[in-house]
Order: sequence, then structure tokens, then C-alpha cells
Amino acid sequence: MIISNGITKSIIQLHVNGETHDTVIRSADTLLHTLREQLGLTGAKKACGNGDCGACTVLVNGESMHSCLSLAIEAVNQPITTIEGLLDSPIQKAFIENWAIQCGYCTPGFIVNTHALITKHPNAGDEVIEEWLQSNLCRCTGYQEIMAAVRTVCNSSQLRTPPTNE
Amino acid sequence: MIAFDFNYFKPSTISEAVDTFNEARERGEKTIYYSGGTEIITFARVNKITMDTVIDSKGIPECNVLEIQGDKLVIGAAVSLNKITESNLFPLLGQTVKKIADHTSRNKITIGGNLNSQLMYREAMLPLLVANAKVRIAGKEGEEVLPLEKFFNKEIDEGKFLVQIIIDTQYVDLPFISLKRTRMSKVGYPVVSLAALMKNQRIRVAFSGISEHPFRSAVVEGVLNDRTLTVKERIDKAVAKLPASIVQDIHASAKYREFVLKNSLTDALENMEGIK
Amino acid sequence: MDTSIRSTVGKSEQRIDTVEKATGRVRYVGDYAVPGMLYAKLVTSTEAHANIKAIDTTEAWKVPGVRAIVTGEVFPFHIGPILADRPPLAFEKVRYYGEPVAIVVADHEHQGKLAASLVKVEYEQLPVVNSVKQAFETGAPLVHTDSGQYMKIISDVYPVPGTNIGSHIKIRKGDFGTAWAACAETVTATYSFNLSDHAALETRSTRVEINPAGKVIVHSCTQSPFTIKKVLNQFFSIEVGNIMVHVPLVGGAFGGKGTIQLEPLAYLASKAVGGKMVKLQFEREEDMRTAPCHIGFDATIKLGVDKGGKLLAGQYTFLIDSGAYTDQAAGITRAAALDCTGPYDIPNVWCDSYCMYTNHPFATSFRGYGHPELTFAVERTMDQLARKLNMDPIQLRLLNCIKPGDTTPTQSVLTASNIGDVEKCMLRAKEIIEWDKGERIEVGTEIVRSKGISMIWKTSTTATNAQAGAVLIFEADGTVNVNCAAIELGQGTKTILGQIAAETLKMGMDKIHVTMEVNTQYDPHQWRTVASSTTFLAGQAVLAAAKDAITQLKKTAAIVLQCAEEDLDVGGGRVYLKPDPSHGVDFKDIALGYTFPNGHAIGGQVVGVGKHIQRHLTPMDKETGFGKPGPWWSVGAQAVEVEWNERDYTYKIVKAVTVLDGGTIINPMTATQQMRGGMYMGLSFASTESFIFNEQGVMQNPDLRNYQLLRFGEQPAEYLVDFIETPSADGPYGARGIGEYGVIGMAAALANSLSVAAQVELNELPLIPEFIWRTKKEGGK
Repeated sequence: MIISNGITKSIIQLHVNGETHDTVIRSADTLLHTLREQLGLTGAKKACGNGDCGACTVLVNGESMHSCLSLAIEAVNQPITTIEGLLDSPIQKAFIENWAIQCGYCTPGFIVNTHALITKHPNAGDEVIEEWLQSNLCRCTGYQEIMAAVRTVCNSSQLRTPPTNE
Repeated sequence: MIAFDFNYFKPSTISEAVDTFNEARERGEKTIYYSGGTEIITFARVNKITMDTVIDSKGIPECNVLEIQGDKLVIGAAVSLNKITESNLFPLLGQTVKKIADHTSRNKITIGGNLNSQLMYREAMLPLLVANAKVRIAGKEGEEVLPLEKFFNKEIDEGKFLVQIIIDTQYVDLPFISLKRTRMSKVGYPVVSLAALMKNQRIRVAFSGISEHPFRSAVVEGVLNDRTLTVKERIDKAVAKLPASIVQDIHASAKYREFVLKNSLTDALENMEGIK
Repeated sequence: MDTSIRSTVGKSEQRIDTVEKATGRVRYVGDYAVPGMLYAKLVTSTEAHANIKAIDTTEAWKVPGVRAIVTGEVFPFHIGPILADRPPLAFEKVRYYGEPVAIVVADHEHQGKLAASLVKVEYEQLPVVNSVKQAFETGAPLVHTDSGQYMKIISDVYPVPGTNIGSHIKIRKGDFGTAWAACAETVTATYSFNLSDHAALETRSTRVEINPAGKVIVHSCTQSPFTIKKVLNQFFSIEVGNIMVHVPLVGGAFGGKGTIQLEPLAYLASKAVGGKMVKLQFEREEDMRTAPCHIGFDATIKLGVDKGGKLLAGQYTFLIDSGAYTDQAAGITRAAALDCTGPYDIPNVWCDSYCMYTNHPFATSFRGYGHPELTFAVERTMDQLARKLNMDPIQLRLLNCIKPGDTTPTQSVLTASNIGDVEKCMLRAKEIIEWDKGERIEVGTEIVRSKGISMIWKTSTTATNAQAGAVLIFEADGTVNVNCAAIELGQGTKTILGQIAAETLKMGMDKIHVTMEVNTQYDPHQWRTVASSTTFLAGQAVLAAAKDAITQLKKTAAIVLQCAEEDLDVGGGRVYLKPDPSHGVDFKDIALGYTFPNGHAIGGQVVGVGKHIQRHLTPMDKETGFGKPGPWWSVGAQAVEVEWNERDYTYKIVKAVTVLDGGTIINPMTATQQMRGGMYMGLSFASTESFIFNEQGVMQNPDLRNYQLLRFGEQPAEYLVDFIETPSADGPYGARGIGEYGVIGMAAALANSLSVAAQVELNELPLIPEFIWRTKKEGGK
């Protein structure tokens, strides 16, 4: 049984971007808080804290998660990938080339979610893209730029898988 | 950021879960079961709930089952909504839960969590109501299988927890329709949500979003299945006989909900009876 | 104006900030943490209007880690950008639900949050002013009993004591009364919508420390770093030179980060803990209910025409819901008045624009600064007038559109340089939306496709002395660093400024390094990054700095090349002889001065300095509005096509069109980004966004679940953007401002298209299906 006491802090190991890190947490700490404050992985953003905007999206076991709606302790023993773990992804290039980035605050969440999307559905059509990316809010672009970027990678097979857990 | 502290336990067996729960309760701690945790985290963050201890059921194998066992479909309470949709084992349920929250959230939200939600929607309940589902509950005295209604009406002791949902496979392949209408955006709480099955030429339908609780009503179904009447007559009559008054909130007025409900019922009836 | 062939200006150079953004490596202000930093959390009002009877902090102090609890008595004074009417921390009274009442400072954020929840405030409820209509009624409860006694920070603000009017701005042009009586046809209509939110993805955040020497160091996601200095100086008596403001990249702002709210609170918090660094970051709910939001708006518009449809008279009454404090809403009240007609030539204009106090969260600038709001009302009225006249709505607009030689409501004379060509914009938009194929087409049994249009204009109502400066510093390899206090908020300003530097120096963009962060200690003063003014003001400053650098480069090169400076030109990273370009010297050899083979050095490093200040702007006359409020008017035409379902009242936005005349477009793709993003924001605001208050004035939807934005997939299937480029004589390379314009006409165009589809006049926002259904049921055909 995994236990984390409410009165004292716990030391837990998180497997992030292929590395294992010790972190000191409160049971109440979200995964987002722990990634940012303990590991300095600030690519995942806190924008709503409520699972409404997708800016904090990370992959847990390869699945997109609102890291603000997950406790850090829930992620023990599971591989976690953040935007910092996606290196030279064609998705990043596609977002740049399609003018899908303005202020950049929502961008990591979109890119991480898109990564999960095309890993699972390499040839996703518009309907599936829409269903998945409806989880992410952007306030600067008109969304069509993001759609265009995602379409370009949906039919390419140059995806690099995220680093696997050691 | 949750401001208060709590103990977290993730047991790996049902009995461990029950024991941990009871021990905590005996220590005087406010203890709750936790599966996806999305609602608990959002409520705790704004101090809508507090707790001293949570028991995470995701480590319990029985809570992660998703398979046909004989003539039953068994779904563990900790199975995520997306897994249910992707399995396609009960398309009506899959399509209904696909409309809850957003795709990323549905990787975390579990069916048990949705059924236990404190909000009025609990849309996962609808397909289970029309399919006469049963629930497997675990507590100090062991496990028992109960009709959904018992659980639905929150008649079970809070020391007991939902382990599995059991659905007779005769229901899973029936013709169905699942509709959700919102204020504006696809992502959002329903103004009206309904799930319907056609069994033996009779429509079975359950609703969410229009009153304080999801419901299935024998009276409403009786009217809707009265084919001596036109579709419009049936719908007008059914809406007049709703078991509870239509709610009014920030998402929609009661009058508008009624309008949307009638449209949705028209769509449902026409679709299921092959009128269009 | 320079008319030579351009190499960078006019080209869609890739943005210089996207590689870091795409990899998640950009650090926004909230992404920094320093060991020992403390966290501030606010206690906010649970009442919309109440006297504070007592504040009990006993339980809060019991939370471990709590280091200070600050309440309103520590600073019982009022601050504000236009009228100083807002206490940063409420004292004696709260005037909106969510207003800051106390600050808890703690070692960790969760401790602060827990303690804040334990501060007990005893209130005595007061009657709530819950709408501008109610606020305007005689005998309404007063939100400010001291109205009229507050200090004016700028001159154009006119509170009416004994009422809820925070400012009353008047426009009196021509003789409205006589003209109105002579009109052949008239139309009168009223409009209304509630307050809403900017909803930038990055919530507002700051950290402040006071070092032992008394220097106040602020890190913030602000649009106005120099205003932070001004406010801390003006109201907290800190020497301007002792305040340093750092601004990293900002995660969206839309006007919401232009005013100053958090920094004074974090300053008070830091002061309470001996100057230690304190971080104050809003959670989303606080960002929505506590931070300043977007105005609410009620308007009545009367338009009168002659027999031929030529506008003779217009009367405009605006009630702007500024919430509990005037903040920038007082300036918006003025901006809405001075452009009240929209881009139409109307000889007789009467406008009363009122900034109204209510017990709602206070409102500040929002992209468009009063113009999306006034345009909604004006352009809806134009459509209704066209129907009355049985005239094509585009024809009516073209007949009346404003042109050089006409005057604005404040009687500014328009010239071919200071206003774009709105007629051309409309004709192009008409073509793009395929207007001639039909305004309303039934495409199925239940589906109607319809189109709506709007014409837009806006001047940049900056301070009359608004200005910017730039410093270009050369590296040893001849590349250039551009330093300027323009803030990158996502609009691409740093890329644009880089392009202006590159164009002027005739270098490639790869040789230009633009400093992304702003530091008020070494960046020259810049008014603010608001009002679509940065390309114009900072662009001119960079241009001037580049020219200054060229002069210096030529001076050194002339010695090296043994010729006169006039014989020289620059290009490709070299200074060369005009008659013989092969004869020249590389920038790298003169950027830090030139060293002769014998070791002697001359010239020294090149430091290009440039600046630009607004010219000939004036305040407005109190009684008539007469004055010159802005340097130019960018204009445009917008259109929307919807697919509306007449059975269930839902709709899809099929197309959104913007044709803008913003003068020369420096970067077509970043400009297109701005238009698309603006259109999205305008459509989202118009279709779904609104705060909802209960009868006690308590906001019911302060989160992104219940306050809904248009989501991915709900945007128009097509955004169609085009530019008409009538150059501005005094803009950099002929550019005017464009940042806000995409948003301005969207609410109007959407409402126009849906009104045509549903055949009922839709004069409120948001345009949710329920509203269309209700309007149709209550009064439609």
C-alpha cells in the first residue's frame, strides 16, 4: 500500500522524462506543483488549476493528463513526460511553421497533448483532433493555426517516442 | 493548490481498503474514497470539501476490470471514461461518457467518480439506469451486489464503496441514442442530456441536466411509448409528467431547458423509431 | 517616407520567440522561484457592498508559517490611473465581491491560502448596485459617497458628485437638435451587455522585494512597467529611481495587464516582512473576480438620415459599467465618446458617455478600449437603419463612410495620411464574403446561412506625451542588440522591432538580437505596451536609433575609407562607397571602433539611440469634446458568415473576415495572426462570454468551466484576412497600429448575421442560443 501522511511530508520518487527524481511532497500537492516547484519543470503551466484549460498537460503512462487535477503521489511508479522531455519534435516545428504560437503560455500543453494524440492516432482526422484538443484553451490565436499545425503532423511518421522510463 | 493536509492511502486489495477506511474513521478522521479524484481536487482547492484521509481505489485489481464475464459486462469503478469509450463494450455507455468534461479529463475521471459526483449531472448513470445495471459494493461485512437504485439513491453506508458495475450483456447491443445539449460550447455541463435504449420495441430513457438528479421515470416512459399518440403529443405529455421540476441555473432557464428537452426528445424518438 | 525596395519590412519573417516557446523553456514571471521567497495570498470580500465592521485574524495567525497579515489600515489612501478612487486594500468598506480585504504572507503558498481562509471579516451589508441602469437612476444607492473628492490623475475625467457617475464625457458637434428634426428617417435602438473577462492564459503575477538600501525591485507580467514606477512613486512616495521593474515575456494580456493592482499589494506585503521577496500570483478565480475585468455596456443610439440615406445626425448615450472603481473605464468612457460615430461622416453629433460605478468588479482596458463595444451598438444600428430604408447595408455604409477632409466627432480633421481607406476595405470585404451571393440563404429545411458586416475605426488614444525610446548596441561581430521597453505579450512586437532595425540597417534578421525581457533601469522610457501604439512609437524609436547608429558607422568608416560620410551607404553588414560598393568596411571591423594595423584605434563602439514622442495631441474640451485625441485612425471592414439552425437556435461560425488598413504592414503573417486572434477573441466574447451576478452582486462564474470561451473546433472554419496599405506619413515605414483591430467589429458582425438569420433584432450579448430563442419568442416575427 502506498501511504503518504498528511502531517509530515513524504519523499517519493517520480520518473520524469526518463530520469528518476526524489521529491518531497505533501499528500495534497498536485503533480503540477511538484513538477514545477521541486523539479523546475515549468513548461507545464498553471492557468486554471481546475482542469479547464489544458495548459498543465503532461503525459502519465503516455496518456494526456491535467497535472493540476492529479496528486503527485498518484504518479508514483508511472512514467511522466513533460514538454521538456519532447526534444526536436516535429510537432514543435509544425507549430512554429504554422504560426500557431503567440504568447506561448498554452503552447506546451497543446504540444504535449498533440504528441499523445498522434502517438495513438497517427492519421487522426479533424474530428478526432478536435475532440482531443478541445481540452486546451488558447486565447491568442484563432485555433485554425493550431489545427493546421496538427494536420501537418498527423500524416507524418517522423514522430520520436518520448524517452522511456528506466 | 489545496490548502489543507490529508492522509493518502492507496491499498491494493478490497479488504485493505475497507480496513484502512474503518481504522481512519475510528480515529475520528473524515475519510473518503478516491478514484479519479478530479472532483475531489477541484472542490478541495476551493474549500468546498475537506477531508482528513483519502483512500485511493485505483490500486485495487477488481476496480480496474473492464471485460465481459459470462453474460455480464463488468466495469471496475476506477476505470477511466476514455477506456470505457475505447473498449466499445457498451456503446451507449461509451458514447454517453464521451460527452463528459473534455478528452484529457476523461483520462483521469473514472466511472466510479462520476457516479459518486456531488454535482447534479452524473451522466454515466443514464445508460446504467436504462440497462438495469447492478453495482458491487464492498464494506466491512464483505461484498454485495445491489440494484443500481440503492446506490443511486445514496442509500448505502458511506463506509462502503463502489467496486464494480455489472450490466447484463443483453443490453449492450440494443439500438441506442445518446444526446447532450449545452448552453453553447461542446465542453460544458449539460442543459439536457439523455440516453435511450430500444428494448422489445419500447424506448427506455434516462435524463440528466434538467433536474437536481438524473432520473428514469416509468410514467415518462409509459407516455413516450404510447404510439397511439403523435410524437409531439407524446413529448408534450411526457414533459408535463416529469418526476421533478425543471431546474434554472446559470447555464439555462427552466423554460429554455424545457424547449431543449422537447427538441432532444423529438430527435431521440425520431431516431429510435426510424421516423427520419 | 522611404520608398526604396525593402528587404525585411513587408516580409513574413518568422517570429523570434517561438523556438523557446515551443519547447516550454520560456520562463514567465510565475515560473521563477527563489529560496526564502515568501508567498502572499489575499483575503477577498464575500460581499458586493458592505461596511467592514471587524477583521479577526486570530485563527489565521495559528497557521504555521504565517509571517504577516496586512489589512487596509496600513494604507488608507486611494490610487488609480485616471481618478484616484480605489484603495488597494479595502478599508472601512468593500465595493465588490472579490475585493482585496487583507493579505496573508507565509513561507509557503498553501499556508498562506489556509490562513487567508481563516481570516474572519464581519460585514454590515449595504444596498447593492447591480447594473448600470440601476446606478443611473435618481436615488440609487451610492457606491462612492465621496465621489467628486477624489484626486484627478489626468485631466479628462469629470465625476458628478452625489451620483454614481464616475465621469461624464460630452461630444457636441454641429447642431444635433435642429438636424434631428430635419431628418427624413430615423432609428433608435438600445443595447446591453454585462462585464466579462480578458482571460489571458497566464494569470496576473508579481514578486516584489525591498532591499536594505530602499530599492524596490518588482518582477511582474505587466504591460506598463513605467506606470508601476509612477504609481509606487506617486502614492507610496518611493523615489522613481529607486524602483526597478523587470518584465519577462508575458502570457497574454489584452489590456488586462495594463493597469496596476498586484504590485502595490505585493509591495505592502514585502514591507510587512522587512522587505523580503514576496510573490503574489492570482489563481484563476481571483484573476476573474478580484482583478480588473472588461467593462459592461448599455447604449442608446439614434441615427437620422436624409431621403437619400445620408447621415445627418447621431446621438449616442453610453452607460459604461466600470464596476466599483473607475480605473481605465474612465479613459474608455472618453475613447468611446471621441470615436462614437464609427467611421462615418456625421455633421451633427451629440454624445453623452458615462462611466458608471456599480458594485461589480472594477473594469479596465480590454483590447479595443471601448471600440468593440461602441461598434456593436453603432453597426447594429446601421443594419437596422438600412432595413428601415430598404437599402443594402453595405451601400448605406459606403454612402456615409468617413474620408480625408471630413472631421471626427471631436472635430479633428482627417487627411490622406492620418486615416486609412475604409471604403476600399469594405469593398474588399464584400468581395471576400461573397456578399452578392446573398445575405440570407436557406440551405436546408432548418439551416440558414447568413452574413453580417461591420465597419471599424479606432484612433490610438495614448497620453498626449506618450513616447518610446530604443538603444541599439553592437556586438564585436557586427551584430546588433535591440533594447527597448516594448513588452512581448504574444503580439510579436519584438519581431516587428527587429525587422525595423534590420530594414534600416539593411542587415539580415539573423544579425539582430532583440532583448526579450524589459528592465526599466536600462531600457529607455516607454509609455506602455497598449493602445496598438507600439509599432508606431517604439518602431519610430528603433528606426531613429538605427539611423543614429548608421551615422556613427559612417563616421568611422569615412576615416577608414578616406572619404566623406555622404559618399557612404550601409548594407549587408558593411559600410561601402556608393559609387563602388566593392570598396567598404565590415560592421565587425568598426562596431567597437576601428583599430588600424599600427594599433591606433578610433571611433569607439557604436551605440544607436532613438526616441519618438506623440506630436500635437490635445486633451478634449469639457463641454464639446473638441480636441485631437490621437495620431491616426486605422480603419477596416469585417464580416461574419454563420450557419444557423432555425429549429434549435444553435449556430456555427463559418467564416470571419477582416480587411484592415493599418498602413504599411511590417510583417504580413504576424499581422494576420493578430487579426485572426482578434477575430477569435471578439467572436468568443460576443457569442458566449459574460460574467453572471446573482441578486447580491456575487459573481456566479469566476472560473473557466462556467465562464466559457469558444473552444478548439468552435472557431470559424475559415479566417480570411487582407490588408489595404495606405501608408501613414509619420509611421515607421508607413505603419499605423493594428494590434487591437481584429476584435473591434466582430460582435457587431456576428450579431448582424444572426439578426438576419433569425429575423429578429439581437441587441444584447452574449449571443447564446437561449438568448436568440428568447428574443424570437418575445418579440420576433
